[in-house]
Amino acid sequence: MRWRACWCGASPAELRGRVPNAIAPAAPRPLSLWRRFSDWGATGFAILAAILVLVPLLAIFVYLVIKGVGSINWAFLTQTPKPPGEVGGGMANGIIGTGLILCVASVIGVPLGIGSGIYLAEYGRNRFGDVIRFTADVLNGVPSIVVGITVYSLIVIRQKHFSAFSGGVALGIMMIPTVARATEEMLLMVPMTIREAAYGLGIPRWRTTLSITLRTASAGVITGCMLAFARVAGETAPLLFTAFGNQFWNLKLNQPTAALSLQVFTYAISPYDDWHKQAWAGALILILLIVGAVAAVRIVTARGRLGA
Amino acid sequence: MGVGIEVRGLNAWYGKNQSLNGIDMTVPANHVTAVIGPSGCGKSTFVRCLNRMHETIPEARAEGSVKVGEMDVYGGGSDPVEVRRRIGMVFQKPNPFPTMSIFDNVAAGLKLNGFRNRKQLNELVERSLKLAALWDEVKDTLHKKSGASLSGGQQQRLCIARALAVEPEVLLMDEPASALDPISTSKIEELIFQLKQHYTVVIVTHNMQQAARVAELTGFFLMGSLIEYDKTEKIFTTPADKRTEDYVTGRFG
Repeated sequence: MRWRACWCGASPAELRGRVPNAIAPAAPRPLSLWRRFSDWGATGFAILAAILVLVPLLAIFVYLVIKGVGSINWAFLTQTPKPPGEVGGGMANGIIGTGLILCVASVIGVPLGIGSGIYLAEYGRNRFGDVIRFTADVLNGVPSIVVGITVYSLIVIRQKHFSAFSGGVALGIMMIPTVARATEEMLLMVPMTIREAAYGLGIPRWRTTLSITLRTASAGVITGCMLAFARVAGETAPLLFTAFGNQFWNLKLNQPTAALSLQVFTYAISPYDDWHKQAWAGALILILLIVGAVAAVRIVTARGRLGA
Repeated sequence: MGVGIEVRGLNAWYGKNQSLNGIDMTVPANHVTAVIGPSGCGKSTFVRCLNRMHETIPEARAEGSVKVGEMDVYGGGSDPVEVRRRIGMVFQKPNPFPTMSIFDNVAAGLKLNGFRNRKQLNELVERSLKLAALWDEVKDTLHKKSGASLSGGQQQRLCIARALAVEPEVLLMDEPASALDPISTSKIEELIFQLKQHYTVVIVTHNMQQAARVAELTGFFLMGSLIEYDKTEKIFTTPADKRTEDYVTGRFG
């Protein structure tokens, strides 16, 4: 880099006064102590921040494994709860119930969320779009218990019984704003030139949106859906007065249903030691189910990806 | 076979700004016609009006008469989607669909318009890629690689193949080689020369040598008006208008 100093035959010091800084060659001198220190400091801070994010996550997971893994056995995974005070039994009905409720929630939350996300990104550059965007952001911040009580008064009271369906509706409503805003952001990241390419081929606008734009953004949209799914999977409050919980097997949508999060709650505040242990195990299973579901979706959707 | 284009009194606006003033232009079938002019003179807007791409931009509108063969582009019952299917377009920056394979990129226009015959689809894709002089380079990775994995020049030829696959009558090219290196550019130019046997080609270009090399006819645009339109040779050697002469001799623009 030495030759740079000879640029135009003038030394950097001479040039500095005459040419704009942008094109004046920098003197090839070692970095000052302060710059080395600030470089080192900034890098160190970034690493520290990354570790600080990981620590609580890992700590929770490790603690859950330590506390819960001992109580996970075949009976826990296949049996329903024993009556209070009796040792043994399991949370099989809760595992199934959580799956059932999350299915209903996803069937409601994902299509509605993606649909409104598409509207916001592709058609919603107007007042109505702004209203929807604002509503979605507010809904995102509504406490889950409020969503629960709303669904309670809208569905449970009218049907006169708790149900897996109402639980799914409550969680589905909570998924919509997250999915919608994520979909919108991801669609807006697809360059206009991609849409133009499709229009130029004589592909109608709705087809372009579904088969070109949404497809191009699919990786991000799926991530948004998984975030929403994982967020509601552990929700307890809105299920208290919708799905309600159940000591027995239930596969019917219109009956009260057990859910892992509810059962963990009930067991954790119970006076029985065995139930406390089972609560830890239930929490661990819940986390594993969420991680498993997210990983499964990732693997399935990554399969069709092409070599770059 | 290509068809001719007849433009009469074409005006275009972006919001309140008028960017084309009463353009009249007759483009003969199976010829390459170049549109040249300085930046912002309306040449891109002009070709985008020919297949009604202009109106996809919010607040943009166009008025006038454009006839492509028998089709009245701005006529009452005319459907912009149908217009664009018959008038293909290649853009300045290569824009392959990034998540699709090479094959799917070329087949997109057909598939997404409901074309389902697998055998014919294969034939059309192969024919289009051969026409675009890309077949030999991609035939082994048609389904394995994404369109975005190709080099810039290959991507642009892929986009040309994609436009040709829907069998348009006219091909509009908006500075198709301006983002490419000299070798890719000469490939595209060769290709344009070949294409006029089957299509009517209108090409926008910044590069006057390029216009001289590929086009039989050249139109010079300035500030939204068509200043001069004649045989390319005439435009570059003995232009009738002083402004054309100033532009092609490099005095401005």
